[in-house]
Amino acid sequence: MDLLDKFDAVAELRASLPFEKADPFTVVMDEIISETEAVIGGRRTILAGTNNYMGMTFNEEAITAAKQALDDFGTGTTGSRSLNGTYASHKKLEQTIADFYGMEHCMVFSTGYQANLGMISALGGKDDYVIIDADSHASIYDGCSMSNATIVRFKHNDVENMERRLKRLPEDACKLVVIEGIYSMLGDAAPVKELLEVAKKYGCMTLVDEAHSMGFCGEHGRGVAEAEGVEHLVDFYVGTFSKSVGTVGGFAVSNHPKFDVLRYTSRPYIFTASPPPSVVAGAIKAIEAIKNGGNRRAHLWENAKRLHAGLKEAGFDLCTDKAESPIIAVHLPDAMIGTKFWEQLFLEGVYVNMAAPPATPAGMFLMRVSVCAQHTTEQIDEIIKRFKITAEKVGLELKA
Amino acid sequence: MAKAETIEKIYELIEPLNKKGIDLAPDVTFASDLELDSLTVMDLVAEIEDEFDIVLPLNLLPELETIAHVADAVEKIVDKG
Ligand SMILES: Cc1ncc(COP(=O)(O)O)c(C=O)c1O
Repeated sequence: MDLLDKFDAVAELRASLPFEKADPFTVVMDEIISETEAVIGGRRTILAGTNNYMGMTFNEEAITAAKQALDDFGTGTTGSRSLNGTYASHKKLEQTIADFYGMEHCMVFSTGYQANLGMISALGGKDDYVIIDADSHASIYDGCSMSNATIVRFKHNDVENMERRLKRLPEDACKLVVIEGIYSMLGDAAPVKELLEVAKKYGCMTLVDEAHSMGFCGEHGRGVAEAEGVEHLVDFYVGTFSKSVGTVGGFAVSNHPKFDVLRYTSRPYIFTASPPPSVVAGAIKAIEAIKNGGNRRAHLWENAKRLHAGLKEAGFDLCTDKAESPIIAVHLPDAMIGTKFWEQLFLEGVYVNMAAPPATPAGMFLMRVSVCAQHTTEQIDEIIKRFKITAEKVGLELKA
Repeated sequence: MAKAETIEKIYELIEPLNKKGIDLAPDVTFASDLELDSLTVMDLVAEIEDEFDIVLPLNLLPELETIAHVADAVEKIVDKG
């Protein structure tokens, strides 16, 4: 017996995928030319699968501030937020995010994954209920596993299905409903207004993860809850710096008067080192840039709509009827065509995410394309063109 | 041990998913006998919840390997409710 034997089926599945010249699980970015281009395996490649929605990774102010912070404060904090790892810049970043969301309190975590772990595990106590969407991100599921709460799952984005479950829960129990604004695999938006209204009707507190909507949904870029005008129904927001903000880290914001007690009770906040000063300084500048980034936001949506329209017109099977986010997911019939398609598109010089079960819902095989505000219209057209060429080369039938 | 009536109801819900035509019995397992994948299991759980008007918490699922396990759990929840 070997502890790793239990993964034999996974290893077998992995080995059975017919990659010949390239493999999505071993891609190495040799050189990053810009927000939208890299050199991979000696080939100049358009990046269309990076989550870098607002194109903040090379924001000049962020880079300058990050460099300055390196000089002034060094490469890392070497400690927990609860001990030696809170610098003035961490407090300033928390204030910047609280202001961005127009809320009282903010906690910065080392990643968005940890923000979900930290919030859900701390909030979900032994006698409490956490109610989640079936297609929730792994960080939400893992937060649930870590909590002591009873976990109840409802069908993806299904308001009625959620309500039926809420009805069955004890009226006087503490309940937390967790949803995402945009779901990362299909790029579909949640019916946030209806879900939150029903959650409130049953006396639940609510947590909305706006990881894939911060920066470009809603007037101030706070996410889908803002876009739908229901921010007053959100008790906790969770977000990340690893997408629109262009660096790494996570956060939670709230108006709850007792929010700060989570700093002493949330283990994923306490038992890990805080984000390095350079990251923190860069994040502050990037969030400020996002605040003033109306043009970028407009161009990002143009890109998303153009890509969606172009691929739809070409006859690809898209996961959403229209562009609900900068994530445009193309559905492929099976693993065989999926792997071949990814490989050929990659050889044509376009990098997208290959998404396969268990990360995808309903066992779907997807080419997950995400656009960036810095993609030019020409690049979007080029992506569409290379999708068509790839379909022809791998024999993928397109709808007429 | 769960009542025959509870088990029968669960059989009814499983039957449409019983692609391999396995003879349903209390000790039949979802993973190795019926070979249900996790998504099918999720749908089945939702149907059982709606049929009995209960909530089957996610935390319980790893322990429910056989039809009898599910029937016992359902009755326990119904009785508590
Ligand atoms: C919905 C959602 N929440 C949280 C995270 C975690 O973000 P991070 O990369 O900061 O850990 C992700 C990203 O993968 C996500 O998609």
